Amino acid sequence: MPSKKDAAAARTTTGAAAPARLAVRKTYKLFIGGAFPRSESGRTYVVADSKGQFVANAAQASRKDARDAVLAARAAFGKWSGATAYNKGQVIYRVAEMLEGRRGEFAALEVPESELDEAIDRLVWYAGWTDKIAQVAGGANPVAGPYFNISSPEPSGVVAVVAPSSPALLGLVSVIAPVIATGNTVIVISDAPRVAITLAEVLATSDVPGGVVNILTGSAAEMGPWLASHSDVNGLDLTGVADAKLALELEQAAAETLKRVRRPAAVDWSADPGLAPMTAYLETKTVWHPKGL
Amino acid sequence: MTATISPLSEVTRSDAALRTFLHGLPGVDRVGADARAAGLGTRSIKTTAKAWAIDLAIRMVDLTTLEGADTPGKVRALCAKARRPDPADPSCPPVAAICVYPSMVPTAAEALRGSGIHLASVATAFPSGQAPLKVKLDDTRAAVAAGADEIDMVISRGAFLAGRYLEVFEEITAIKEACGKAHLKVILETGELVTYDNVRRASWLAMLAGGDFIKTSTGKVSPAATLPVTLIMLEAVRDFLDTTGRKVGVKPAGGIRTTKDAIKYLVMVNEIAGDGWLDPDWFRFGASTLLNDLLMQRTKLATGHYSGPDYFTLD
Repeated sequence: MPSKKDAAAARTTTGAAAPARLAVRKTYKLFIGGAFPRSESGRTYVVADSKGQFVANAAQASRKDARDAVLAARAAFGKWSGATAYNKGQVIYRVAEMLEGRRGEFAALEVPESELDEAIDRLVWYAGWTDKIAQVAGGANPVAGPYFNISSPEPSGVVAVVAPSSPALLGLVSVIAPVIATGNTVIVISDAPRVAITLAEVLATSDVPGGVVNILTGSAAEMGPWLASHSDVNGLDLTGVADAKLALELEQAAAETLKRVRRPAAVDWSADPGLAPMTAYLETKTVWHPKGL
Repeated sequence: MTATISPLSEVTRSDAALRTFLHGLPGVDRVGADARAAGLGTRSIKTTAKAWAIDLAIRMVDLTTLEGADTPGKVRALCAKARRPDPADPSCPPVAAICVYPSMVPTAAEALRGSGIHLASVATAFPSGQAPLKVKLDDTRAAVAAGADEIDMVISRGAFLAGRYLEVFEEITAIKEACGKAHLKVILETGELVTYDNVRRASWLAMLAGGDFIKTSTGKVSPAATLPVTLIMLEAVRDFLDTTGRKVGVKPAGGIRTTKDAIKYLVMVNEIAGDGWLDPDWFRFGASTLLNDLLMQRTKLATGHYSGPDYFTLD
């Protein structure tokens, strides 16, 4: 019996025109708990390129997808926050490695070369910070008594982030990396679905445990209020919220459950981000320990 | 039920008669039962109906702790939670019962005094049931004497699977007698009964022997409660009521962790047995983690935003 390979060879040698290949297009879905599910609501929306041409349908996440993402992020928090700083650094560095290997894909999504470089460099920068932030944000405190007094920064928990739509890749990396570098888990709302989900594929193949980063594509105005008022979300990053009224509403909703909220003024994405993105979602634990006999 | 002449009074006279009766029960169509249970699980229960279902489910919970590591402190904490599941909301109803090991019954009885919450104790060498009858009877009497008003017994699955039905029947009858006024729940441990036909037979056997409730599982064997198994048991109690005029309750236990699951069970109770069973006296959930999920969903409905586990006690 002739093998498939023989049959293929025979077809080529007979000179018959090979049928045109069916185009295989990517379905942009969500990224929740390490898996790529469609939206629970079944909704999609059209993504256009810079010239307004249709390029893809992306999943439009609903409040229930946001709820599922919180569950996934909470489930992942224990192990990720307990991982050693060294290990977290290795994992984030690995993300940079994977991103480096997929430059072509991002170039095809119209991400400029320079932005890609900066995004990779930023990951490496945060990878380096994982085992240094504790020394900078914590330390031994001098106290007037026979005690050791030590402050150590601890991750807050689950952080919901609204990512900026531009620069799509650098903006996304710059809001995700500081949150996970300090041991939090994150739920990101992005309205740049192609870049966000391609980055999700990078994360899924780079030892980031499932649930540590969850990406929802869709409307911040729709999902934001649910995440801002969710009692099991500990932090909120409003970097990507351009609408001042929405941002105010989200801040007010977050105040109800005493979330840590970050809403930076205009960000220069190429500049040194400083420590603020990392310390925003750290809480200080101070331990008093008796000294001597 | 009074000892009137019924067609069923004859079937428990001998092992052979009992076997003939139990094996004469119609067989269960496994595929059909699974499909029916899955179909009923797709009903959408929202807003006011959901709020009603959640409150009913809370009132049906047998809040359970059956660990070797149980301490009096833990049992007291659980009893406090049973009285006021959501301390922040006085409109939240208490649960139906607390379910503990016999050694914890005195502690629980004291903590529940005056609350109207039932106190269930597992007995009869729970969870295996592998002990001599005398030990099982003493276990039961001790639990009742210590203040339990509900007894959760396990059947001897070994005897049942070997076909010694009369032995199982007589054991349940003896335990029922030892219970006195306490209600008897008979645990079939459906995860060890292998077939759905056996579940139906064991249900009838337990009801014939005088059980007030039939309960799916100990929670120590996987699979514990499943929708199809509960469906078969609900059919059995419905048919038993039609045949004998005596009403028996059903308690799925183990593996029911979410509000969504609990509501699926309630839909099934309504559709299979009828709304006469939608009452804590006739249907219970054996659960521990379920209660927190019910409370979180209840808070979500009341406040309009998602609640989190940080706002409720752990056990």
